[in-house]
Amino acid sequence: VSQAMFDPKGPAAAEIATLGWVLLGVCVVIYVAVLGGLAWSLTRRRLASDDSPQTAGRLGVVITSLAVLTTVVLIAFVAVSASAGRGLTSPTGPGALTVDVVSYQWWWDFRYRDVTPSDVFSSPNELHIPVGVPVVLNVQSRDVIHSFWVPNLHGKRDLIPGIVTHTWIQADAPGVYRGQCAEFCGHQHSKMAFTVVAQPMGEFLEWVARQRLPAAEPPDAASRRGRDVFLATTCATCHTVRGTDAGSRIGPELTHVGSRLTIAAGTLRSTRDSFRRWVRDAQAIKPGSRMPAHQHLSMTDLESVVSYLRSLR
Amino acid sequence: MSTATSISADQEARIKAELEQSWAVPRGLIGWLSVVDHRSIGRRYLVTAFVFFVLAGVLAALMRIQLAFPENTFIGPDLYNQLFTVHGTAMMFLFAVPVMDAMAIYLVPLMVGARNVAFPRLNTFSYFVYLFGGVMLFVTLLLNTAPDVGWFSYVPLAGPDYSPGKRADFWAQLITFTEVATLAVAVEIVATVFKMRAPGMSLNRMPLFVWAMLVMAFMVIFAMPAVVTSSSFLLLDRLVGTHFYNPAEGGDALLFQHLFWFFGHPEVYIIFVPALGMVSAIVTAFTRRPVVGYTAMVLALVATGFVGFSLWVHHMFATGLPQLGLTYFTAASMIIAIPSGVQIFCWIASLWRGRPRFHTPLLFVLGFIAIFVLGGLSGVTLASVPFNLQVHDTYYVVAHFHYVLLGGAVFPLIGGIYYWFPKITGRMMSDALGKANFWVLFAGFNITFFPMHFLGFQGMPRRVYTYPAEMGWGTLNLISTAGAVLLLLGGILFLYNAVRSYVAGPAAGDDPWGGDSLEWTIPSPPPVYNFLHIPVVEGRHAGWDRSPDPPVVTGIRSDCREVLVTDVMDAEPDNKVEFPSPTIWPFACAVVTSLFFIGSVFTPWAVPVAAVPLAVTLIGWFWPRDRP
Repeated sequence: VSQAMFDPKGPAAAEIATLGWVLLGVCVVIYVAVLGGLAWSLTRRRLASDDSPQTAGRLGVVITSLAVLTTVVLIAFVAVSASAGRGLTSPTGPGALTVDVVSYQWWWDFRYRDVTPSDVFSSPNELHIPVGVPVVLNVQSRDVIHSFWVPNLHGKRDLIPGIVTHTWIQADAPGVYRGQCAEFCGHQHSKMAFTVVAQPMGEFLEWVARQRLPAAEPPDAASRRGRDVFLATTCATCHTVRGTDAGSRIGPELTHVGSRLTIAAGTLRSTRDSFRRWVRDAQAIKPGSRMPAHQHLSMTDLESVVSYLRSLR
Repeated sequence: MSTATSISADQEARIKAELEQSWAVPRGLIGWLSVVDHRSIGRRYLVTAFVFFVLAGVLAALMRIQLAFPENTFIGPDLYNQLFTVHGTAMMFLFAVPVMDAMAIYLVPLMVGARNVAFPRLNTFSYFVYLFGGVMLFVTLLLNTAPDVGWFSYVPLAGPDYSPGKRADFWAQLITFTEVATLAVAVEIVATVFKMRAPGMSLNRMPLFVWAMLVMAFMVIFAMPAVVTSSSFLLLDRLVGTHFYNPAEGGDALLFQHLFWFFGHPEVYIIFVPALGMVSAIVTAFTRRPVVGYTAMVLALVATGFVGFSLWVHHMFATGLPQLGLTYFTAASMIIAIPSGVQIFCWIASLWRGRPRFHTPLLFVLGFIAIFVLGGLSGVTLASVPFNLQVHDTYYVVAHFHYVLLGGAVFPLIGGIYYWFPKITGRMMSDALGKANFWVLFAGFNITFFPMHFLGFQGMPRRVYTYPAEMGWGTLNLISTAGAVLLLLGGILFLYNAVRSYVAGPAAGDDPWGGDSLEWTIPSPPPVYNFLHIPVVEGRHAGWDRSPDPPVVTGIRSDCREVLVTDVMDAEPDNKVEFPSPTIWPFACAVVTSLFFIGSVFTPWAVPVAAVPLAVTLIGWFWPRDRP
């Protein structure tokens, strides 16, 4: 999994990466020059004229020139930064869609707006975007400060309670990119990641259509039993599964949890075993998170809940 | 005024005996708690700061063990968050600032030709407040109630809703403790530098070290009130239900960040500027020539002091503030590189012109240049808003500030300890061991922190207690941890050298290095009265520019603690005042103050209740004395 700023997959990250190479390149040159100057100063042959007033005058001229040179380089840095920054503030083309990013301790909710209220849906911890078009993100936090960051696509934007701000991302190549919270937000700051799935517009629209649907009827007996357990135990007190009675919004919505690549905010890859471990003892994986342990569930109940969750595709 | 030789031997002996009695350091436990002389307090500050340095360093080592491998389970998130919070808080508030205070308290009076710092009782008070605050922080760590919301303690995470318990309150009160102590020292330094310089030491003859400490003290006076406001608001929000930071009630979470960083960025220069003074002193002594460009150096220090206050928003580039405003802070953050650059150029020019003697202190200065220039350049890149948005809060920043703080301040500090150790203790530190010490620290430092730049580029955020194996950050983290082992070894070597030399080092004599300032004209360690006769300064390098029979000040009473007060610009004699004698009251006041601060973690009633005993101790402290 790459999360590298110098591996840009979108215009914003590309612009910053180019700027980064320029800044770092110039800095390396300056560093080598300064240390070279220091090494020469220490090792050069000493002359009788070193302490003369003429030498002192010449040193003054050299220092002044270097100060002027420093100033020129810094002005150039300000100019290239400002010019790169201008390109980053707003999308280059018309925004294709707007997604609300809402952060919680310690997960992300991505809400897709629509003019038809019933078509609004949310995709926790997994942001799907169409390739090649800018996506505007309205970011806000429901508890403490978090920071939205997908290094391959763009720099950070803090999510501050009480303040709604905007950023945007755009991916130029289909792929799966990892993002992570970048502002310390408590116990599980380390495990507050998410996935960005960039796909061609056609695929993206198909995904949207699927996400808008309520949960499918469980396909087999095990998952049907799992649904009953889900609705009758603690699960339904926090989670929503559209199309069932579970409608709480304390934890992430699970209507299509089986379709996602990761669970527990990018912490575990979405496998049967991950679901089992997570449901059974989430506190062992993300101590301090709001997901309680369910060690009291019988083996059969646990397995059927896992089957049910995996069937929510 | 007369010259030293014109005073007869009899008179001299009498003055010496009287001074020894007037300035005597009290003995016994009560005496130890009552001491008001700057050398004792300076030494205590120094030793205490290094104890906290070691403790905070051990916490860092524990964190490095946890991060050595992906998904390591050595330390869980709850403890890890306490560790990095206490590490950062202790390093900034209990080591870096106080250790620079310590050097100022010990050396500034010696360098300006004074017998003590101004406000000596305040000095004693500040030490005990600092000590008690620091002990409190580490006790909370032992009790598993240490702050766990970062040394920056952002709200709402640190607010009442998301940090139940007392952890964040202890952070807020630690700030108050160190605040009071540091402000007291800053006021003393400003007053000492402005009003107690020996005659002849006009401002343009002041050692660069003293200039640096003066700039530091002014920065403290202007920066610290902002952080005490931020932490007091936090405490009020938590303790009495105000809503300064609660957006739901019209408060503002960003207000905290503005207040904190308005202090937080100058703080970096508060730590760094004194180190620049040490570098200048060492370069002067080890090239046996004045530093090139005295005026430029002074202007650079003062400029740093001013510009340091207009950078704070570069810690907040990702918060969504308006773009145009951010550009201003980009420019300001870049501008500060100019004075730093000028100073680096001046030192390199000094080394070019001089005949450098490669003793341990100079090695640390060279190491400082190699490390600090890199950290400064990475700092320049951080000033760029777009670049910053990517590397902000990643290990790139961790690398950057360790380069500027460890490299920019701790390397010169350790060089400074090697340089002034003979003056403070009267014994030399081992140079051979010192050189080994330097190389181990230099290698350990770079192995630990250089890889972190790349971890930042690869997307590793700060303040994570673990990371998934598939991110591929494991190798660089392991290298970093290996470097930390070496760094720890270097630290042990330094302490070993210091302790061994203190016990059995060769006698130093007055001036082992050929230093240029006044402290090298008196015995090592300095007598209780510092200067037998207050000197009259004849040039910018008071120790070097002395006529064969140097003029001294006469007419100051030696049978009591009388000192000469001079004017700000030219150090012309202005007045004579009697300095306070040792007393237990500042200690008593510090005890009450500490109980009051700790009490107000738990209840606001601590404020009115403490007011009474506090008033009693203050009355005792300021009670008029009988004149002899």
